[in-house]
Parts: sequence; C-alpha cells; structure tokens
Amino acid sequence: MSASIPALVYFSSKSGNTHRFIQRLGLPALRLSAEMDQLPFPQSPYVLICPTYADGEGRGAVPKQVIRFLNDPERREGILGVIGAGNRNFGATYGLAGRIIAQKCNVPLLYTFELAGTDTDIARVRAGLEKLGRHPCSTAA
Amino acid sequence: MKDMTETKIPRAINWNRLDDEKDLEVWNRLTVNFWLPEKVPLSNDIPSWATLTDHEKQLTIRVFTGLTLLDTIQNAVGAPSLMPDAITPHEEAVLTNIAFMEAVHARSYSSIFSTLCSTKEIDEAFRWSEENPHLQAKAKAILDTYAPGNDPLKRKIASVFLESFLFYSGFYLPMYWSSRAKLTNTADLIRLIIRDEAVHGYYIGYKFQRGYEKLSEAEQQEMKDYAFGLMFELYGIENQYTEELYDELGLTEDVKVFLHYNANKALQNLGFEALFPPEVSEVNPAILAALSPDSENHDFFSGSGSSYVIGKAVATEDEDWDF
Ligand SMILES: Cc1cc2nc3c(=O)[nH]c(=O)nc-3n(C[C@H](O)[C@H](O)[C@H](O)COP(=O)(O)O)c2cc1C
Ligand SMILES: [Fe+2]
Ligand SMILES: [Fe+2]
Repeated sequence: MSASIPALVYFSSKSGNTHRFIQRLGLPALRLSAEMDQLPFPQSPYVLICPTYADGEGRGAVPKQVIRFLNDPERREGILGVIGAGNRNFGATYGLAGRIIAQKCNVPLLYTFELAGTDTDIARVRAGLEKLGRHPCSTAA
Repeated sequence: MKDMTETKIPRAINWNRLDDEKDLEVWNRLTVNFWLPEKVPLSNDIPSWATLTDHEKQLTIRVFTGLTLLDTIQNAVGAPSLMPDAITPHEEAVLTNIAFMEAVHARSYSSIFSTLCSTKEIDEAFRWSEENPHLQAKAKAILDTYAPGNDPLKRKIASVFLESFLFYSGFYLPMYWSSRAKLTNTADLIRLIIRDEAVHGYYIGYKFQRGYEKLSEAEQQEMKDYAFGLMFELYGIENQYTEELYDELGLTEDVKVFLHYNANKALQNLGFEALFPPEVSEVNPAILAALSPDSENHDFFSGSGSSYVIGKAVATEDEDWDF
C-alpha cells in the first residue's frame, strides 16, 4: 500500500524534534535544514511537515529555508497539504507555521502536533496519509 | 607552575561570530518576549476573585507560592549554576537572560497577591510553602543536582525537569480557572510565564543534547537512566503534592493526566522518548484550549473540526515570501 502514500518533505533544526517524529513515522522523507545550500527536489506530490519558530507576534514563524523552498514555483507545485508542529505552551502562535503555509499555498492544514509527537499523533498521521494516498481529490475542499 | 588563583579574563563576546546559531535564535526570542507584570491589568480580576470560596482562594495562593519557590530557585541557583558549563560565550549571555526572567516571574506572583489578597492570607501561604514537605522535597531533589561539582549534563536534566515538568502541577490551576472564565487576567500573565518556560526548557534541553551526543554509548545509557530515575523520583513527589492540593476540589485525576503529558514533553526536550502512554496523557481539552487560545487544533485527517478553517490571519506577510 505504501506506494500510494504521498511523499514527505520536512524541516527540522538541530533540536531534532521533527526529525524524531519522522523517524518514528517510518516513511521516506526529504529533510530541509538551515545549513543546506542545495534544496532537495521532490519527485512526486508531497505533504510538508513544518515546525514553528515565531517571535512573540507571530513573525518569522515559517523557517527561512522552508520559505526559500516554497518560493520556487516548481517545488511549490507538488504540495498537497501541510502538517504543523510546535509547542502549545507558545499560546496563540501554537503551530502557526502550519496555518501560514496552508493559507499561503492554499492547501489544507492536515494536522498539528507538539514537539516530537505522541504515539497517537504518529498513528493518526500515518492513517491520514494512507487515506490521502487513496483519495487524493477529497482534500481539495 | 602558574598560580592557581590567576584571574581568568573572559573574551569579549562577539555576536557576529557564532559557534551555534541557536544561541542567537533563542536570544532573539527571549528578548522580544520580555514583559513585566505591570503590563497585565490584574486588578480586573478583583470581582472574579470575590466569587471564589475561601478554600479556592487559599488553594490558589498556595499554588502560587509553590510556583514562586521554583522561580526563585531557578533565578538564584538554577540558571547561574549552568553558566560555568556554558560551551559558548553566547550561551552564558542567554543564561543571564533566563536568570533575570525567573526573577520577573517570581516577582509577578507577588503582584497577583498584592492585587487580590490580604497580607494575612499572603503570609499564611508563604509559611505553608516553607513547611510543606512535598514542596520542600522537590526543591531539595533539584538543588542537590545543581550543587557545585556535579555533572554538567545532570544539572541540565534537573533544570529541564524544573522548567518543563515541575511547574505544571501549579500552572494547571490558573488554566482551570480560565477555562471557567475566572481570573482571566491572571491567566494571561501565567501564559506569559508558560511561554518563557517553554523557551527555557527547549534551550537547556537542546544544550543537553549537544553534550549527550559526545558521550560514549555506555555513558549515554548511564545518563539516560539517571534522567528517567530522577523523573520517577520527582513524579512520586508531584503525585503526593497534587493529591494534597487538589483532592478537595476533585481535580486530582485531571491534574495527574496533565503531569504525565508534561513529563513526556520534558523528556522530549532532552531528546528522549515519552514515558507515559497516550491513555493516561490525553489532557482535558478545556485545559489545552486555555493553554493556547485562538489556535484551535486541526485534525483534517480524522475529519474532526469543520474543514481547514484558517485561523485569524496572523503575520503571513513575512517579507521573504515571493508569492
Ligand atoms: C525560538 C523559538 C521560537 C518558537 N516559537 C514557537 C511558536 O511560536 N509556536 C510553536 O508552536 N512553537 C514554537 N517553538 C517550538 C518549536 O516549534 C518546537 O520545539 C519544534 O518541535 C522544533 O522542531 P525541530 O526540533 O524539528 O526544529 C519555538 C521554538 C524556538 C526555539
Ligand atoms: Fe520561571
Ligand atoms: Fe524558566
């Protein structure tokens, strides 16, 4: 079945929470990091997973490297949806990067989780991605 | 032989040469977060305070003196004790910011007290905090780890547990009041503290991970066992503290779930896996909503929540976007 699961692209900084989430999810995924010069190019439609790095007002919530990635129309074209990450203790800006990307790219915000995610988050995201693979159109709300 | 007491002069700090980009990232977040309790109109809570029963008032003041003690420890001992272990000069600078904000936190509880309570009530609660065995036990467990000569990474473990776990038996109460539309200005102030603690726990946990990755496999195992052992010890104390405080209001079970959830997050800040399974860590949605108002949880996958409603349009106009 995994052939129908959409590809994954994710950002994770050196604190590595999102990376640990992806490892536990156990699905192939392309990583974006602040240190890289050459951005990866996804070969098929993908879901983007992105943590939040806002200041107190919500500015800068989406990491610069993710903005650079999405600024390229060819890379942006394949985005199916976004999953936001963060920490609820940041209050009103919890998971803000996911909301901003959804709005900017006009794709659904599929899910939001905290830090490296719980086992429940992993199960829900895996099931959701499988469903998305089977009925790709149903997300075009 | 050089004189052992030779004065060591630090190198002037150059923020244009960073050894670790995280130092500047976190410094920036902490400085824009800066706030003082005067910013929050606490006196608007006076009518709401009057609706609480005497027992609820006493509980609230006691919980806040417990939080004051933790902030005092982190201000006077915790953050300063991490400074000699700092790897970069920028890390030391970030720690001084953390230490100062802990003093602001401790000070802001007194602002709440002077706005809402009588001197007699305040004095009673501080006396309680000095005598409460559970509160004293958790303070002691942390302070023992902070002691000079102790392992720098163990100090960071204790610090992350204080920042990301021990506060939460106390933070529960203002979030609970806020979910019932009580003491909402006080809750606004507490949310500012919670946001600061999130950055503190993140940063100290991040520095822990940088040290941990340099250890041998055997040393890593020993360190991890230490972390889980300390978590168990603190969790045992927190359970008793929670029962003593919250039994009368019937909230103990709800608070314990909140403890599990936060213990898991504290361990994740250290780069470790969660300890408590999801069944006992699913926090009351009203409390989650109180923690992050206006950031409704989206679960498009399982179909809960209407559709992908995008929240209030906040700051989407970052200049880096080309579209
Ligand atoms: C400087 C800074 C700012 C942050 N701001 C937010 C925020 O506004 N909202 C949020 O939900 N999380 C925020 N976070 C938390 C991170 O999104 C969270 O720790 C995430 O798991 C980091 O992912 P990574 O370790 O894969 O880079 C912030 C973290 C840092 C260090
Ligand atoms: Fe604090
Ligand atoms: Fe703190």
